Amino acid sequence: MQDRKVMIHVENLKKSFGKLEVLKDMSIDISEGEVVVLLGPSGSGKSTFLRCLNQLEQASAGTIVIDDSVITDKNTDINKVRENIGMVFQHFNLFPHKTVLENIMLAPVELKKMTKEEARSKGMQLLQRVGMETKAEAYPSQLSGGQKQRVAIARALAMNPNVMLFDEPTSALDPEMVGEVLQVMKELAADGMTMIVVTHEIGFAREVADRIVFMDGGYIVEQGTPEEIISHPKEARTIDFLNKVL
Amino acid sequence: MTSIIQIIQSYAGMLLGALGKTLLLTLLSLVFAMIIGMIFALMNVGKNRVFNLIGTVYVDAVRGVPLIVLAYFIYFGVPAGMKLLIPEFRMSALQAGTIALAMNCGAYMAEIIRAGIESVDKGQMEASRSLGLSYGKSMRLVVLPQAIRTMIPSIINQFIITLKDTSILSVIGFPELTNMGKTIMGNTFKSLETWAVVGIMYMIVIITLSKIAKRIERRVNRAR
Repeated sequence: MQDRKVMIHVENLKKSFGKLEVLKDMSIDISEGEVVVLLGPSGSGKSTFLRCLNQLEQASAGTIVIDDSVITDKNTDINKVRENIGMVFQHFNLFPHKTVLENIMLAPVELKKMTKEEARSKGMQLLQRVGMETKAEAYPSQLSGGQKQRVAIARALAMNPNVMLFDEPTSALDPEMVGEVLQVMKELAADGMTMIVVTHEIGFAREVADRIVFMDGGYIVEQGTPEEIISHPKEARTIDFLNKVL
Repeated sequence: MTSIIQIIQSYAGMLLGALGKTLLLTLLSLVFAMIIGMIFALMNVGKNRVFNLIGTVYVDAVRGVPLIVLAYFIYFGVPAGMKLLIPEFRMSALQAGTIALAMNCGAYMAEIIRAGIESVDKGQMEASRSLGLSYGKSMRLVVLPQAIRTMIPSIINQFIITLKDTSILSVIGFPELTNMGKTIMGNTFKSLETWAVVGIMYMIVIITLSKIAKRIERRVNRAR
């Protein structure tokens, strides 16, 4: 891992909502191709941290560098940076007034990355990859939760991002649909995508993560390989949390 | 009954002409009201504090003044003030009426559009922004198309209110339908019959519009 390029560099990141300090002081480096899973109790700042990485939440202090762009710098064109960072949301957030294929084609065509024809063929290719090619002309309301999330992943991939952020991608799904979404994410990880995943799926973390980061109260409590964190946690708070979820 | 038929016979042309003026005034006002409403709604939903303030002040100010006062102010007050700067300044009743109605309707329209935009889940804007689309593009391509669906019944309702409000502009002498009613009554002294005819004419137009509106609403809802 040492000789790989640092894809994400976070230094002394702080984020407050009014008086409430959600991220107190976070620093972390994530390498290209690394899969990092963020674990922690709710309210620990995992989602906020993820949302700071593409500036859906503006950092209150600190520095974030992604793929050599200093995104906390006010002069950085955040729209350009976001093209490079795919994000998958807990509630899918597909555009309900557009078909599955239109959902995927929207950004590449509007941002002039591709012609309509290129976007269409790329879209179909991505739908095939997530096993949704038969639903290209369907509307989101006609899909199950698992199908929606797979389309949302394809939509995020359409811009050819170097980083993918997953914000509790399976938390809103019925249990029988969790597997199909995790499968797509596993394949993505195997293809070498840099991924940061907020999840409560310990099994997925154990199997896919290169590193697990345990957060609580706006800090990183401890981090390490799945073996270290899940099987041999050192900190009391980590042990306490794992006892509750396992 | 015979006098109603008499009024219709002698004044049909003038009444229909006045109805046409009413519809013209309504249509013009609505076009401008949509533009005004969209501008102030976007000011209100954005994050810029100065724009928020401008939007709020406009909506509160216009909604806080009765339409008849606004019409007097624009038709009599503004030219009186402007004459000090530009001696040959003049404003027709149609111009003043359109401005007054558009300002008034625009304030309500701004609130309808704002509510429509805010009814769209915040995640839609976030998803669009996360793909690299700008705020403007996200608003235009993702949020507004969804907002319009919830807005349509209120917008149509506002259209009907504006159509009825044109009657208030009879006070500045614009020859719309209510004003024509006043003229006919002055000529014939048959107030019961005159106002019955005028009232029924409004009713027919408004009921027709409501029926069309219902149909549009159904179609929009069916198209997901």
